[in-house]
Amino acid sequence: MPATDDLQKARRFREAALPYLDDVYTLARYLLRDASDAEDAVQECYLRALKHFDSYRGPAMKPWLFAILRNVCNAEYARRAHRPSAIEDTPGAAEQTPLWHETEASPETEVLRSRDAGAIRKLIDALAEPFKETFVLREINNLSYREIAEAVGVPVGTVMSRLARARAMLRAAWMAEEEQTK
Amino acid sequence: MTCDEARILLHALLDNELDAGHAREVEAHIAGCPACAAELSAQREMQRVLADTNLRYTAPADLRARIEASLPQPQRQQPSRRSVLRGFAMGSAVSALAASGVIAVVLRQDDQQRILSEVVSAHLRSLQAGHLTDVVSTDQHTVKPWFNGKLDVAPPVIDLTAQGFTLVGGRLDYIDARAIGAVVYRRRQHVINLFVSQTASTEHRQPKTQTMQGFNCRRWGNRGLNFWAVSDLGADELAEFVDKFEAAMKANVEG
Ligand SMILES: [Zn+2]
Repeated sequence: MPATDDLQKARRFREAALPYLDDVYTLARYLLRDASDAEDAVQECYLRALKHFDSYRGPAMKPWLFAILRNVCNAEYARRAHRPSAIEDTPGAAEQTPLWHETEASPETEVLRSRDAGAIRKLIDALAEPFKETFVLREINNLSYREIAEAVGVPVGTVMSRLARARAMLRAAWMAEEEQTK
Repeated sequence: MTCDEARILLHALLDNELDAGHAREVEAHIAGCPACAAELSAQREMQRVLADTNLRYTAPADLRARIEASLPQPQRQQPSRRSVLRGFAMGSAVSALAASGVIAVVLRQDDQQRILSEVVSAHLRSLQAGHLTDVVSTDQHTVKPWFNGKLDVAPPVIDLTAQGFTLVGGRLDYIDARAIGAVVYRRRQHVINLFVSQTASTEHRQPKTQTMQGFNCRRWGNRGLNFWAVSDLGADELAEFVDKFEAAMKANVEG
């Protein structure tokens, strides 16, 4: 068969996968916290996705790309020897702690002040894994719980508890910072 | 419901991910628990502020260009139909699909937007060379029996050649992690995939057209079946296809 078949496949892939480039890049930026590492990871992600595109039967394209990106990022974590090795390896005791210890400070009386995007991105960046990725997938990449479960490879119950934990931690960090700037 | 549970489920409530029964349970707990009520309003407030802030990044143009440049001459691969059905080679996502059966109880069933994107992805995949049909025939009496034994309910296969839509064949596909029948039609050079799945509901749902990634998808429900017709045909011609199909179905049932 001539190369037209490959070209056709490339065209299908482009139509199916490239619309999510900003989504994939956004997740990579939050996971890796480095613009040039994120670029490399996204490029590698799309190379792998193209390679597996023939055998792709779902889930939806976006969670599928995110699942590939996570694998790429885990390899990058492993390369950064001083970093936690993999997203899965870090939850530990943190996941067991009750949720509301961070939010004791009577939340009904305190209203968050709007912040610029840069300040909020920093707060999100500081969240521990695997809570950060769950938060970003939901709040910024707009995945449903089921899609997050598909992309991350955990049960939906785990997604729910991680998300609750992530939001509690983010709010606590946010409040603490506002406390300091008062 | 304990506060522990409520502190997790209130997020699912905020995200509109709970079915009606669980939503009521969470709301009942919150109505009687000031601490959880305060947490819910605090989290709602944070979600509002976050929604007002652009937290996304935009991929640099040269990254996009590099990926584009790596596309036109991809590695030649020759997957068989069977290797396609075996699923994709990523363990994590496969185990997640297995787990998704468990959560159907808690989550809303009608995640329509997600299903729509899966339907459109399936349509795109079918357009790849050699992927369109598992059984090729313009004879409905050949296509229909082919589905028997492969699916719980074989999709209705109706010849619409006289109405201007040529039956091309059938295919087994996957939507929402379930096997689903796809009946393939053609009008001129345009492919129409008609996906058919069983549903518990027998109510009639009026056809509705949505557009995604440049494809029109017309969705309706009738006689305990859900239908999605997807094509790059114009919306009017796709609606015509659905009308002709439904008319023929009706004639079959009554005739
Ligand atoms: Zn409570």
